[in-house]
Amino acid sequence: MKHLVILGAGTAGTMMSNHLAKTLSKEWDITIIDQRKIHHYQPGYLFIPFGTYTESDIVKPVKKFLPSRAKYIQKPILTVDKDKDLVHLEDGQAIPYDLLIIATGTDIAPEETPGMAGPHWHKSIFDFYTLNGAVKLHRALEEWNGGHLVVHITEMPIKCPVAPLEFTFLAESYFHERGMSDKVKITFVTPMDGAFTKPVASDQLGHLLKDKGIDVVPNFNVMEIDGDAKKLIDYEGKEVSYDLLVTVPTNKGADYIERSGFGDELNFVPTHKGTLQSKVKENIFCIGDATNIPASKAGSVAHFEGEILMENVKRFIEGRELKDEFDGHANCFVETGHGKALLIDFNYTHQPVSGTFPFPGIGPLTLLKESRMNHMGKLAFKWVYWNMLITGRHIPFVPSKMSEAGKNFEEVQS
Amino acid sequence: METTIAGKQVKLNEQGYLTDLNEWSREVATALAAEEGVELGEEHWPVLEYLQSQHKQEVPLTIRKVGKSGIVDIKGFYALFPGGPLKKASRIAGIPKPASCI
Repeated sequence: MKHLVILGAGTAGTMMSNHLAKTLSKEWDITIIDQRKIHHYQPGYLFIPFGTYTESDIVKPVKKFLPSRAKYIQKPILTVDKDKDLVHLEDGQAIPYDLLIIATGTDIAPEETPGMAGPHWHKSIFDFYTLNGAVKLHRALEEWNGGHLVVHITEMPIKCPVAPLEFTFLAESYFHERGMSDKVKITFVTPMDGAFTKPVASDQLGHLLKDKGIDVVPNFNVMEIDGDAKKLIDYEGKEVSYDLLVTVPTNKGADYIERSGFGDELNFVPTHKGTLQSKVKENIFCIGDATNIPASKAGSVAHFEGEILMENVKRFIEGRELKDEFDGHANCFVETGHGKALLIDFNYTHQPVSGTFPFPGIGPLTLLKESRMNHMGKLAFKWVYWNMLITGRHIPFVPSKMSEAGKNFEEVQS
Repeated sequence: METTIAGKQVKLNEQGYLTDLNEWSREVATALAAEEGVELGEEHWPVLEYLQSQHKQEVPLTIRKVGKSGIVDIKGFYALFPGGPLKKASRIAGIPKPASCI
């Protein structure tokens, strides 16, 4: 028997286990290792603070989505010994592999910023990148009487880079519905040079923040948080005061990657951006948020990567040359509040542009433009996630490589 | 768009960043730095070379990465390129502006 081991039973790992169960010959067994019992629909975290979803709407058992052919080991990982092709678990067990797929994603690390993970954490400083954080933030928002809400990105890269912006828009909408608009000031604080960083998006969407009365503080690299005085301080001494801080802390890969000695400074795995083979060793592949490739950290990216990774796992087993084809394709809904959303479609070389999706000239979804249909699409995506995406079924009309039809590339200068 | 910097024809994108690193030279860097209000001295060059080497290896750059490079710490990076160190240093080094997905 040969052994294929997948680390991580989240979006990418679960999806790969289903793809592989259908494809791999009988001489392979499949093992998937993760310490969690519950699978979270992570795009749902965004809606919890506003009461649109509750916890029970976005959780299901991990095992329900794994193929019967795969063995699930629900234990924490200690290290990967790349020289001996072994995964060591915290309980001392060693799991051998012939081929390893790393899919352990990324998590927040508030302890990386002085003053963030202290006595004020989940009191006046919140995250919404964990279920716990999102639930506590919901309670805080329900009880809040108004003041200065600061939505903040600590540093890039982060999972779902549009989520902080979506949170900002949804918060504005939420306070409007509660009749609190005049009591709340919202500021978006980012280390980038603006809320929108790509020229076309910036051009077409820059007005959204202004229209909604949201201030932007760009080029702000937080050095520390003074939780008692309720202010963010950056490396140049600039300060932003808040009453309620919703931050996206530093994102890091899993700790076992650091212990194994092959991650970058944020524990992301050096990975070839076209083949998804790791640069650690040839029999280790990497998918989803765990890689260091210059694609967005998003479920749609993991989905598109899945097709190329499947092909390359097959080729690797057969000793053939790998396909160097992943184009960085991402496709994301962006909530803008008041029942509307945008859709963006982009890859390594093409920035998000306007147009229609998935059918050229028809839609029904509109790229880079607010519509109610896009918002319906975002809500419907929860069903697609549980029933198609992680179960490894093909999503109709959405190819893994980005299509250029129906999109307005002529407006892009470079 | 085509323009002349330090007597050399170069292509810039709409945000003023070089689109081809091969067109970069120390003279071009010095001229771009002047536009950013930075006068390049001995301490700037190793930082610019580090950014270029990371870019060539397709490694996404962050302030933290530069701070851990062993070449300059974050405070030193700010001192060399005040205002927006990664954004300014990237432009002067002839590599793309760090950007998010939208």
